[in-house]
Amino acid sequence: MTAILLIEQVLNGLQFGVMLFLTAAGLTLVFGVMGLINLAHGSLYMIGAFAAAAVAQATGSFTLALIASLAAAAAAGALVELVVIRRLYGRDHLDQVLATFALILIFSEGTRWVFGSFPLFLEVPRALSGPVTLPGGILYPAYRLAITVAGLAIAGGLFWLIARTRLGIQIRAGENDREMIAALGVDISRLYTIVFALGAGLAGLAGAMVGAIQSVQVGMGEPVLILAFVVIVIGGIGSIKGAFVGALLVGLTDTLGGVLLPAGLRLITDPSTAASVGASLASMSIYILMAAVLVLRPSGLFGEGAR
Amino acid sequence: MNREALLNAALAVGLLLIPLWAWVADEPFVITLATRVAILALAGVGLNIALGLGGLVSFGHAAFFGVGGYAMGILAAHAQVYEPLFTWPILIEGTKSMPVIWLVAMATSALAALAIGALSLRTRGVYFIMITLAFGQMLYFFTISWPAYGGEDGLSIYVRNGFPGLNTLDPIQFFAIAYVILMAALFFTARLARAPFGLALAGLRQNPQRLRAVGLRPYNIALVGFVISGAITGLSGALYADLNRFVSPAMFSWQTSGEIMVFVILGGAGRLFGPVAGAALFILLEHLLGGISDYWQVFLGLLLLGVVLYARGGLIGTLAGRGRRHG
Repeated sequence: MTAILLIEQVLNGLQFGVMLFLTAAGLTLVFGVMGLINLAHGSLYMIGAFAAAAVAQATGSFTLALIASLAAAAAAGALVELVVIRRLYGRDHLDQVLATFALILIFSEGTRWVFGSFPLFLEVPRALSGPVTLPGGILYPAYRLAITVAGLAIAGGLFWLIARTRLGIQIRAGENDREMIAALGVDISRLYTIVFALGAGLAGLAGAMVGAIQSVQVGMGEPVLILAFVVIVIGGIGSIKGAFVGALLVGLTDTLGGVLLPAGLRLITDPSTAASVGASLASMSIYILMAAVLVLRPSGLFGEGAR
Repeated sequence: MNREALLNAALAVGLLLIPLWAWVADEPFVITLATRVAILALAGVGLNIALGLGGLVSFGHAAFFGVGGYAMGILAAHAQVYEPLFTWPILIEGTKSMPVIWLVAMATSALAALAIGALSLRTRGVYFIMITLAFGQMLYFFTISWPAYGGEDGLSIYVRNGFPGLNTLDPIQFFAIAYVILMAALFFTARLARAPFGLALAGLRQNPQRLRAVGLRPYNIALVGFVISGAITGLSGALYADLNRFVSPAMFSWQTSGEIMVFVILGGAGRLFGPVAGAALFILLEHLLGGISDYWQVFLGLLLLGVVLYARGGLIGTLAGRGRRHG
């Protein structure tokens, strides 16, 4: 265990956390403003990745691919909101869970229908394919560093949007009192569509950026969705700040747990037991983190009481 | 008898007659399909106690289904190589006896439900849904990364476990076991729904404040209901593993949780026979649509969406109209 390896893993955890934040932000916004639990958010992540892979294959341009992922996921989000989600706002959470579970089936199998079962590959742009040298002589993949920085920039933009713009004021007002802002003349159903499309677009963009590191395949969205749930449970549902802190915590715990737990156990048992027990514990570490947060603060770190 | 009772009777008799016909006509595949319906319906019956009766929307019942399955897998795997599970502090050996396996499966999944429930019932509503889902996923990743019992590849059992006096390898006899257990669980659920505890559980769904006002603790009621629910789903997991003679981490996956929930909702949440109708419809659709298109789940999704948006109350609710819930 060297310091360089540790720093690399911290950077990996940071990158993972930032990507999780982009996915979790939409979920937590949609829940905060509309009171809706959306399982199909992972499908929007997948749609972004597939759109990017298809456009990259057709044009060869990674920038166009990213734009396509944002546009396709936002468009799919807006469409789904108009056709299905809109009917679910007044329903209880059970109906929302089932309807959005049905959407997962439709999106996943539909995508398999169109693109086939084989994973697609999205290539990292050539300019970012090599390593960069960080201060201290650490070599780190340029692409991972780039998406971490891009993700942080988007997160900053989102905080600015919510804190400083008219749309952000409406979103925050919508979280506090839906009837009141409707009474003040804000077109609430337009606001809902915009918020949903915004969250979907962010998830799609994250899907495309991660898709270049992993493979683009059907079912890639749901593990991320469940991690995003863990993130917003830890951070507190409806809180963007909570989602950011939660995402970084989960990203770092997951990445560092996989390295530190086996290494730590090696100090007390033999290497093979340490490797297997460590791997098992590491796979559970973020859920243990979630359980610990629940025991201490049932409504999350930044939550204002469960609804 | 009202329409729902008639419908329930028709379901119970139909689920018995179809495999009996298949037995006479020598169609073992149909018997296996009916066995799957009975076992999956049992998983739904378990979830229905938490979801239909208590209003606890658990999206993590795959955890108990999987724990039950692995209880069977681990006991039988040790028995087939004659290697005890533990030698210290007391000797525990594997077993191929179904009744013992069922008890262990129910006890372990009840324990899992106690642990998961104790943590997740501290919250409610949408938090509860997400947390149960997350705990299910935790066990999924745990079984994948735990090499002792097959890890990602799962665990195969070569010969189906035994039941005294029956030949469990004969499809119709194994179906009989599953059917009798399903009916026993339905009888238990019907009695539970009318018992003071069941009424308290229904009160939890309707109005927790009033429950507190009459001197009951909602948390304790919910936890006991969740444990009973988990134990029944665990039992069905053990049977399902025995049907396939195979357990794998897939039993823990979030899709399994979703499917168990779909059985309950397709049939009608809170209806006694809802899970039976739902599981039968699901298996039927899988069989019929699966034969037409590999992408049958698109149609399942559309159907489910239709049920949620337009046919609230599921199959039984649509056919039998609004009636008393549960029993």
